Amino acid sequence: MLTPAITDLEQLKEHPAVARLRSWNPAAVEGAKFDRDELSIYVERSSLREACALLRDDTNCPFNFLADVTCVDLHPTEPRFEVIYHLLSISKKERVRLKVRLGSDGPAVESVTSVWPAANFFEREVFDLFGIRFTGHPYLRRIQMPEDWEGHPLRKDYPVEGYR
Amino acid sequence: MILNMGPQHPSTHGVLRVILEIDGETIVRIMPDIGYLHTGIEKTCEAKFYQQVVPLTDRIDYLCPMTNNLCYALAVEKLLGLEIPPKAQWLRVMMNELTRINSHLVWLGTHAMDIGALTVFLYCFREREDVLRLFEAVSGQRMMTSYFRIGGVALEPPLDFFGRVRDFANRFPSKVDEYENLLTGNPIWGMRTKGVARITAEDAIALGASGPTLRGSGVDFDLRRDMPYSGYENFKFKVPVSQDGDVFARYACRVQELRESIGMVQQALDGMPEGPIKADAPKVVLPDREKMKTQMEALIYHFKIITEGFAVPAGEVYQAVESPRGEMGYYIVSDGTAKPYRVHMRSACLANLQLLPKMCEGKLIADVVAAIGSIDIVLGEIDR
Repeated sequence: MLTPAITDLEQLKEHPAVARLRSWNPAAVEGAKFDRDELSIYVERSSLREACALLRDDTNCPFNFLADVTCVDLHPTEPRFEVIYHLLSISKKERVRLKVRLGSDGPAVESVTSVWPAANFFEREVFDLFGIRFTGHPYLRRIQMPEDWEGHPLRKDYPVEGYR
Repeated sequence: MILNMGPQHPSTHGVLRVILEIDGETIVRIMPDIGYLHTGIEKTCEAKFYQQVVPLTDRIDYLCPMTNNLCYALAVEKLLGLEIPPKAQWLRVMMNELTRINSHLVWLGTHAMDIGALTVFLYCFREREDVLRLFEAVSGQRMMTSYFRIGGVALEPPLDFFGRVRDFANRFPSKVDEYENLLTGNPIWGMRTKGVARITAEDAIALGASGPTLRGSGVDFDLRRDMPYSGYENFKFKVPVSQDGDVFARYACRVQELRESIGMVQQALDGMPEGPIKADAPKVVLPDREKMKTQMEALIYHFKIITEGFAVPAGEVYQAVESPRGEMGYYIVSDGTAKPYRVHMRSACLANLQLLPKMCEGKLIADVVAAIGSIDIVLGEIDR
């Protein structure tokens, strides 16, 4: 059966990822949620790349594997986009989800390709399908859709049947 | 010189295009170009009821449909907080391992064929045919099985199905010996694979590799053992790891996995629990045909699930399983309605493909085919 989600940051401060980020910069953690045995941390946009680097190099619980980068479009609410990073600690067998909220006006966030080269294709896909720019990405071009495609298909205001 | 390999090149296993910048026989730069099979499955999922997404998941990775079914079903069950009866879990594990065998056999056959060992292909497809017949027996379909449903599995396996699986499981280890006889000690195979497309453990982790590609580089990590799901904690198996990080290491890991998988199928047959194959959740799981024709209530539930789906409590989950290629993950966001708000598939191949430049740059052009084969890509999964 489902247990209610924990959203109180004070209750979650014991978790290694939350503790590490808070001890580095309390302002970087905007919030956290523990739901269905999964921890999500809302990270302030400008500190995302450094937060990722910190979690990767943490000696206690190194989240050394970037499993996935994706995005959710919450149209029409603002901030409209949530970019989501799934991190995995291979040695501690622990997962954590980082989230960054982005507004609809020119959504951009710093690329984590310098932390994990694995982010390359993932971020290109998010750029392609959601139109989110990753600053500092080495090769930010469309990956799934044709080069001359207009629009970003996974946005909620893009019709399922496509523009006719 | 710039050389264009694919998208219709037979050794790219689908429609992968690789742009090669070469200097004589040496590769200066290599750039995979994907997207030729993009079908927008993630977008399509948002317009379907939860149960209607299951057949779509087959079509992502057509070599391991059940793994995708399982991953999706587990994710939605986690969102619903649904308990799955033990028999369904064991059936899922058994079918999942048969799927792994099916997928690895296609990989082994085509990979060996790419490198020039044609015979192995015929041997592998002989046994693959047996596995596909088993799939057909349980689900009515050879490839797009959709056998796992949210809350359990679709049907009770037919009579004598377990006997047929046991027959196959008894036969199969000697067949793996046959493949190994053809390849493992073969000096030509060794020359084409040993020391080729080497990748270190650090690079493999940094580039997001998973599955046999990661274990071939010496990282001992397998989701089935380390973060068990669907009752895998009840099974005993070894995780093959190789330290060499070359094409041969990945080959050795996968062949060993064939043996471990058939061992798990045996264990599943021996310990198969009795009981229902579907969870007791009438609002989510379709009723039996029999009940539908005799009980009014069951008919109503059936009608409601088919016409308006079932609401899933709001929330989000990320569920990962060990697919034959690595970490297959489903990230599902629910807004509390009967249709998923967002379904994202974490494709193991997409991440593994990023290893290609690291493997090939500065090496010979003839080894690109061996490197691509050794990552075991399925373009349907990469492009979605």
